[in-house]
Amino acid sequence: MSSVSTLSGTAEQERKVPVIKLGTFLLMLPLLLWLFLLIILPHVDLLMVSLREKLGYREYAFSFQNYIEFFTEPLYWNTFVRTAVMSIIATVITLVVGFPISYYIAKVLKGKKRSLLFMMCLIPFWVSELVRTFGWMILLRESGVISSFLQWAGVVDGPVEMLYNDASLMVGLVYTSMLFMVVPLVSVLDTLDDSLIEAGYDLGGNTFNILREIVIPHAMPGIASGCIVVFMLTLGNYLTPTLLGGKDGLWFTEQIYNQFITRFNWESGSAFGFLLLILSSAIVFVGLKLSRQTLADTVK
Amino acid sequence: MSTQLDLECRQVVKSFGKFTAVDNVSLEIPQGSFFSILGPSGCGKTTLLRMLAGFIEPTTGDIRIKDKSMLGVPPNKRPANMVFQHLALFPMMNVAENIAYGLKRRKIGQAEIDRKVADVLERVSLPDAGEKRIEQLSGGQRQRIAIARSLVLEPALLLLDEPLGALDLKLREHMKVELKQLQHEVGTTFVYITHDQSEALVMSDNVAVMNEGRFEQVGTPQDLYYNPSTAFVAGFVGDANRWEGRIESLEGGQAMVALEEGGVIATSFAPGTSFSAGETVDLFVRPEAIVIERSKAAQEKARLSGGKNTLSGVVQNLLFDGANSRALVRDQATGHEVMVSLPQTGAFSDLKSGEALVLSWDVEKTRAFKATKAASQGIAA
Repeated sequence: MSSVSTLSGTAEQERKVPVIKLGTFLLMLPLLLWLFLLIILPHVDLLMVSLREKLGYREYAFSFQNYIEFFTEPLYWNTFVRTAVMSIIATVITLVVGFPISYYIAKVLKGKKRSLLFMMCLIPFWVSELVRTFGWMILLRESGVISSFLQWAGVVDGPVEMLYNDASLMVGLVYTSMLFMVVPLVSVLDTLDDSLIEAGYDLGGNTFNILREIVIPHAMPGIASGCIVVFMLTLGNYLTPTLLGGKDGLWFTEQIYNQFITRFNWESGSAFGFLLLILSSAIVFVGLKLSRQTLADTVK
Repeated sequence: MSTQLDLECRQVVKSFGKFTAVDNVSLEIPQGSFFSILGPSGCGKTTLLRMLAGFIEPTTGDIRIKDKSMLGVPPNKRPANMVFQHLALFPMMNVAENIAYGLKRRKIGQAEIDRKVADVLERVSLPDAGEKRIEQLSGGQRQRIAIARSLVLEPALLLLDEPLGALDLKLREHMKVELKQLQHEVGTTFVYITHDQSEALVMSDNVAVMNEGRFEQVGTPQDLYYNPSTAFVAGFVGDANRWEGRIESLEGGQAMVALEEGGVIATSFAPGTSFSAGETVDLFVRPEAIVIERSKAAQEKARLSGGKNTLSGVVQNLLFDGANSRALVRDQATGHEVMVSLPQTGAFSDLKSGEALVLSWDVEKTRAFKATKAASQGIAA
C-alpha cells in the first residue's frame, strides 16, 4: 500500500515541477510587490528628485545643489549629527535596561511567571504609539502627575516642567524601543544551555566573567539584531521627538518633514531622506564590524 | 586513619517539599579511587552529584571534601569539578580557551597556563587540538576535552554525570576502558554516576547502588554481582531470572520454595538473612549459572545428581549475540520462561527453537530475598 502511494507520489511530483515553481512565485508575489512598489521604486524616484534643481515652473536641471545646501547650512548638519548621537545613546540605554529583563525572563523565571512578564512587556504595544507618548506627557508636564505629586509631598514649591528636554526625549525613545530589544534577546538567551553557566561556576568563574565570556558572546547575534532594529526605529522616529522633545528637540526626521510639507521643497527633502538612509546604513555597518558580527548572524 | 578520605558524606538528606530525593546517604571515598553511583533514572543520583558540586545545598547532613565541610561553599570555591552530561563545552571558545578558562580564573601567568594546557592535551592524547573549534571535534574527542578541562585544575574530586550516555555503543565501550586508564594514571578520585550497570561494573573500584534516594548496597563490582544483599541489587545489577514463591520447608541453609506458577525450587540464603516457613520470597538465578544439556545420557545424569535444581524445557527463542548469546526456554512443568546463557565454547551453536533441553543449576546459585516491590522495579529498569 505504502509503496504504491510512494510511486504515484513521485510520478505526480515529476509532472508538477513547473506548477510548483509557479506556486512558489505566487507565494513570493506579495513580498516582491511590496519590495518593488514600496521600497525600490520610491527610493529610485527619491534619488532622482534629490539630484535636480528647480530653475523655474516645471523647469529642472541636474545638480548637486541640494546636497551642497545640506553641508553648508550648520543647522542641518548639527541636527543630523545630534540625531545620530542621540539614537546611539538611546540604543545603548535600551540594551543596558533590556538585557537584565531579558535574562530574567529567559533564564530565571519558569512557566506562568515567565509568560506573564513577557506579556507585560508586550501589552503597552497594543496601544498606539501616539497614546503611549501622550501618557508620558501626562506624567511629565508642568501640571502633570509627577509635578503635582512633588508639590503635594512638599519637595518643590512650584510646578516643575519635565517635558521638552533631552532627558524626557530619551525616556520616550527607550520606552518605545524596549520590546524590540527584549524579544531578540529573550529568544537568543533561551538557546543558551543552562549547563554552560553551571560549568562556568564549576570551573571557578564568578558572575561577572561568566557574563562577559559565556553569556554575552552567546547572546551577541541577538544583541546585534536588537540594536539594529532599535537604532533604525529611533533614528527614523518622528512622533516621540516632536511630542516629547519640544521646539529644541531637533530631530532629522522633522527636517525632512519640514522640507516636504512646510516648504514644499521636495528636492531638498529627498536629499535629506537619502542622507538619512546612508547614515543609518553606515552606522549599522560600523557597529557590525566593531562587534565582529555579520548581518546573516543577526537574522538567524 | 591510614588512607585519607577525599569525600565523606554524613547522613545527607535533600527534600524538595514533600518529596525526598536523597534520603540519609552516607559514604566514604578514599583517595584515588573510582567510585560509581548506579541507579535507575529518578533515583536521586543526579541530585546527590549536584550537591557534591555545590549547585544544591543538602537539607540536612554534611558533605566533606578532604576533611573540610563544604556546607555553604559555592561551586566556584570547591575543590571538585564536574563533567556535565552533555559536556557543556563553551562553543564560543576554541579547545585551548576552554581548558584555560578555569586556570585564568586563578590568576596564573599566561606562560604557565599555556604549559598546563599543552600538558593536559598531551595526557588525553589530543596534543594538536588546541586551536580547533568545539564543533570540529568528534564525540569522543569532546569527551576527552571536557575531562581535560576539569582535570587541568587538579581537583580533589572529579564528578562525572553520565558523560558517556550520548555516545554510540562502540565508542562508549572504548571510552569506558580509556576513562578507567586515565583515572589510573592521574590518580584523581572519580565519582561517576550512571544508570548503565556495565559502565559502573567495568570502571569502578567501588559501586553504590542507589534506589529511591537511598543506597541499597555499596561494594566492589564483584560483590554486587555475586553477593547482592537486596532484591533490588540482584535484579538491577546484571541479568537474572526471577521467580516469586512461598517457602515450604527450611533445612540448614537451604529452603524449598513453591512457585506461584507451580513447581518447587531449592534455594540457599545470603549470609545474615533469616526466613521462616510460609514467607513469600523472590528468587534470582543468573542466566550463566544455569547449565544446559541435551543428550539423553546427560539428562539422566543431571536428574540423578544431588544438590541441583533441574528443569526440562523447550527452546522458545534464540537470542544470538556472539559470546553473549542466550536462549529463552519454557519450562514444561510450569510454563515459566527461563533465560539461559549459551556456553561460549560454541557447543550449542546449532541449537534451534523447539528443541528439548535439560536445565540444571546449583542450589547455592539461587538467591532468595524477601518479596518487595523494589525487586520488580529493578528488573523493569
